Amino acid sequence: MTIRHKVLIVDDEPQIRRLILAALGRADYHVIEAVNGREALDRLRQERPDIVLLDLGLPDRDGLELVPIIKQQSDTTLIIVSAREATEEKVAALDLGADDYLTKPFDTDELLARVRVALRNRMTRGGGVPAVTAGDLSIDLMNRRIAKAGKEVHLTPKEYAVLAQLAKFPGRVITHDQIMVNVWPNESERHVEYLRVLVRSLRQKLETDPQRPQIISNEVGIGYRLRLPEDAA
Amino acid sequence: MTQNDRPSPEALLRAAAQEGRGRLKVFLGAAPGVGKTWEMLTEGHQRRDAGVDVVVGVVETHGRRETEALVQGHEVIPRRNVEHKGHSLGEMDIDAILARAPALVLVDELAHTNAPGSRHPKRYQDVEELLDAGIDVYSAINIQHVESLNDVVASFTRVRVRETVPDFVLEQAEIEVVDIPPDELIERLKDGKVYIPREATRALGHFFSKTNLTALRELALRRAAQAVDAQMLEHVRANALAGSFAVGERIVVAVSELPHAAGLVRAGKRMADALRAPWTAVHIETQRHRQFTGEERRQLADTLALATRLGASTASIPATDVVEGLRQFAREARATQIVIGKSSRTWWFEMRHGSVVDRLVRSVGDVAVHVLPSGEAAVPGRKTRHRRRGHWGNPADYLWSLLMVAAMAVIGRLLLEALDLGNIALLFLIPVMFAAATFGLRAGLFAGLASSLAYNFFFLPPTGTLTVSNPENVISILVLLGVAVVTSQFAARVRAQADLAGSSARQNAALASFSRQLTAAVTREELMQAICAEVSRLLDVRAVLLLPSADGPVLAAALPPEDRLEQIERAAAQWAMENDQSAGRGSATLTASDWLFNPLRSSAASGRGVLGVLGIARTDAADPLRSDQLPLLMSLLDQASIAFDRLTLEEENLRAQAVGERDRLRSALLSSVSHDLRTPLTTILTAAKEMRQHPSGELAEAIETEALRLNRFVANLLDMARVEAGALPMKPEPTDLFDAVAGAAHDTRAALHGHAVQLDIPPDVPLVRVDPVLLHHCLINLLDNAGRYADPGTPILIRGRRVPDMLLLSVIDQGPGIPLGQEKRVFETFTRLEGSDRVRHGTGLGLAIVKGFAEAMGLSVAASNNEDPPGACFTIRIPDALILKSFEGNFEDRDVP
Repeated sequence: MTIRHKVLIVDDEPQIRRLILAALGRADYHVIEAVNGREALDRLRQERPDIVLLDLGLPDRDGLELVPIIKQQSDTTLIIVSAREATEEKVAALDLGADDYLTKPFDTDELLARVRVALRNRMTRGGGVPAVTAGDLSIDLMNRRIAKAGKEVHLTPKEYAVLAQLAKFPGRVITHDQIMVNVWPNESERHVEYLRVLVRSLRQKLETDPQRPQIISNEVGIGYRLRLPEDAA
Repeated sequence: MTQNDRPSPEALLRAAAQEGRGRLKVFLGAAPGVGKTWEMLTEGHQRRDAGVDVVVGVVETHGRRETEALVQGHEVIPRRNVEHKGHSLGEMDIDAILARAPALVLVDELAHTNAPGSRHPKRYQDVEELLDAGIDVYSAINIQHVESLNDVVASFTRVRVRETVPDFVLEQAEIEVVDIPPDELIERLKDGKVYIPREATRALGHFFSKTNLTALRELALRRAAQAVDAQMLEHVRANALAGSFAVGERIVVAVSELPHAAGLVRAGKRMADALRAPWTAVHIETQRHRQFTGEERRQLADTLALATRLGASTASIPATDVVEGLRQFAREARATQIVIGKSSRTWWFEMRHGSVVDRLVRSVGDVAVHVLPSGEAAVPGRKTRHRRRGHWGNPADYLWSLLMVAAMAVIGRLLLEALDLGNIALLFLIPVMFAAATFGLRAGLFAGLASSLAYNFFFLPPTGTLTVSNPENVISILVLLGVAVVTSQFAARVRAQADLAGSSARQNAALASFSRQLTAAVTREELMQAICAEVSRLLDVRAVLLLPSADGPVLAAALPPEDRLEQIERAAAQWAMENDQSAGRGSATLTASDWLFNPLRSSAASGRGVLGVLGIARTDAADPLRSDQLPLLMSLLDQASIAFDRLTLEEENLRAQAVGERDRLRSALLSSVSHDLRTPLTTILTAAKEMRQHPSGELAEAIETEALRLNRFVANLLDMARVEAGALPMKPEPTDLFDAVAGAAHDTRAALHGHAVQLDIPPDVPLVRVDPVLLHHCLINLLDNAGRYADPGTPILIRGRRVPDMLLLSVIDQGPGIPLGQEKRVFETFTRLEGSDRVRHGTGLGLAIVKGFAEAMGLSVAASNNEDPPGACFTIRIPDALILKSFEGNFEDRDVP
């Protein structure tokens, strides 16, 4: 028996709700709707959705305020879907606990891919053996083994730490801060340039064409994402 | 038609100035104890009962119960305590009154002198400010405190009061005489009902004699009548009623540096009042002026200031001779009366120079000359003018004279064989004339005397003695002395003229250089710094310039650099700014400040009022300005104001141009928006409608394409709005160009459909510190642009190159390229719109956004054409400063063993 996953759409624009509803309905999700913050929290309590798609520009309160409340009150996966494109807002939402971010106008395929990633991350969260395969790259977090086309790849400790951060939530954007706080736990200052250099050398080792990275993709001004080919829009 | 038929403009102006101003009523008494304060309070009560908002600003009850009872009924503004030499003095709190803003305030003792450190030195100045704020004032004063009557009262009471109130204060007031008969006043005095300050008890017996009181009473009544007269006259002038007042009288008072000149000024004021004539106090500056001591300079400045307070205009006229200067000034001012003091010079001085009075009377023709006795004798302890430095000149001058005479005696001895005695005498003329011309009269006379003695001793028989055998030889001696006198006089005059010409030439040169410096200034900051530098240099002072702002004056420039001003200086600057008058040391207001602040006024035409204030001070905290520097300072202020106005006008012109440019852009934008928004919208609408009937993949694709185009356009509009608002959120961070390029290529893959994107970037290209979002948008727009213009199927090349000083990132397409000569213009907003033909769609914003974003990050952009294969090349240039140096190994990352 397949479980129909519940998705809550929080948006005050009926057109947007209708579109998302149509796309998700086609993919056989159980969709519920809320038009403002208050209603969103009600539905959250009553329906316990697996995924919340949250618009930041709500009529009754700022969606950004809702992020920590939603994360506190439930273990739902929260994806922000907003027209706000300032990187600070995206980073703020992610650092407050949001799991992903999608800017309007968005591609419905991209939306579906993000929802799939979110659901898969929920499933593996239970502590199953984390192993990720991205194309010909396999990442075994348990045994700290990385293989490219069957050949083991040798990584420095820092390189591995970065990759592990990304691989724990494949397909999901991880902010610079989230990575760095784990890779350089003792460094109070954040050196994005160190991270850039590490990612560049990681790509040299992992990517087929390091100049056109397919696996570790950059989210401008926000962070990195481990892109799995099957997630591609 | 005579001029009197029309209202005089000055009178109308005064009337206009009075409107909105508070009214002053003065209770004038002949002596202490007549009941002025009582009367004032009583009338205050009447006004209050009539519904007027009355408060007591300050009232001295001197412990009298009846007065105190009258104060009780009023709202009293608490006094402000001023600490002075360990005493706490309660002064009227003018700010509290201004804040309370009553309709009428009662202020006792109009002639009171405020404690040092107060805003104004005198209470009447506080009252002026209250009146200016539109508050009515009742005040009280005794007749001996009226400035122009000060001398008169002192002459018969033998008590001189120091606290005086200028007449113009009373002239604008309604005056009520508080009058009781002298006998009654003496009675009250005996009953102890009159408060007498302790220091005055000594003179009391004399002061309160019946004769004195009668005379004072008469003075008070006459002054009140005069005030009524003056007000009536003002009314007549303003309304052009055919008045019968004297016209054309003009009085000139000649003042000197001597103390008695103040008496002349007061006399001039009384005469001007009697004749209702305008009057001027003038000081003729001769070369003597340069020898004045500081004391004399101050005395002169005080006298001129007194004249100003009494309503005179003042002038300082440079001239070689007092009489000549005065005559010329009187003619130019069309004076009808001249007031001068009787010279206190010795008969000997007058013998030599001729009496100034006589010469003046002879030279001025039909002008009446009033000669007043000098009151110098009345000033104790100052019998003669004290001797000036340099009176006798330099001792070396005499030594040289003596040497020359000695040399001539030796030469004479040698020539004795060849010349006769008479010719030898002529030889001695040489040292005499030389000494007189070079060292002045006294040295000349000395040389003359020495020459005659030498001539007598060495040459006149009997030689070796000083006796003169031949009476004719006495003539020779007298001639030598005479020549000394005449030569020295001529030489002195020539020198004085040269000095005067030199000093005015210096002044003119100073002004010319000042205005040159100011013209050279391009920005406001440069101008302000130049003003301070030049004023500081020309007047030998420290200079600061303050500009008005919402929080009061702010320091805009200073020389030597000054970062803050004391509280008192700040207050003086603010006062000067708000009242458009000078304030601080050497002015009438806030004199405790070390600085003197003068407002920079905009010329009336531009109507901007006070542009700022210029403060000057001496490093040794002396008076900032010598009296003879005042005209120079005024000229400098004028020049500075003009320069300020010029700059402001230029700025406004530029702004107007910018506004014009913005309007052009706006209309271009509107036409672009209407076209570029409507085209895709039309496609989407029709396609959607069509799809209702015949769903088709082709139509859906059209909708998608057009919607994407619309999306790009809206994004560009938003970006452009940010560029133009100058509000780009900048968050530079170390950025990998591979990330930037890959991201941009990914986001433009739809627009680049059919074009392969080739990368030619060295793998070790350094990181750059830029805002990743802005760079992303730059690249998107460049790729979008390339996709639009490149020939179908051709690849688009992204090339990175490290060159000295910068990193170049280029987007190169293969297509028609940029029209020749348009390489720079392509980055201007809506450039494409100006082309004759709209070949490709797009917004004309893309490249402008690239340029705006790039420049905001400190990058620059360039466009050029490629020869082979032909096409356009757009380059972002990243300067060295933004390129991150290699830092490998800085972060510990060792391989696992």
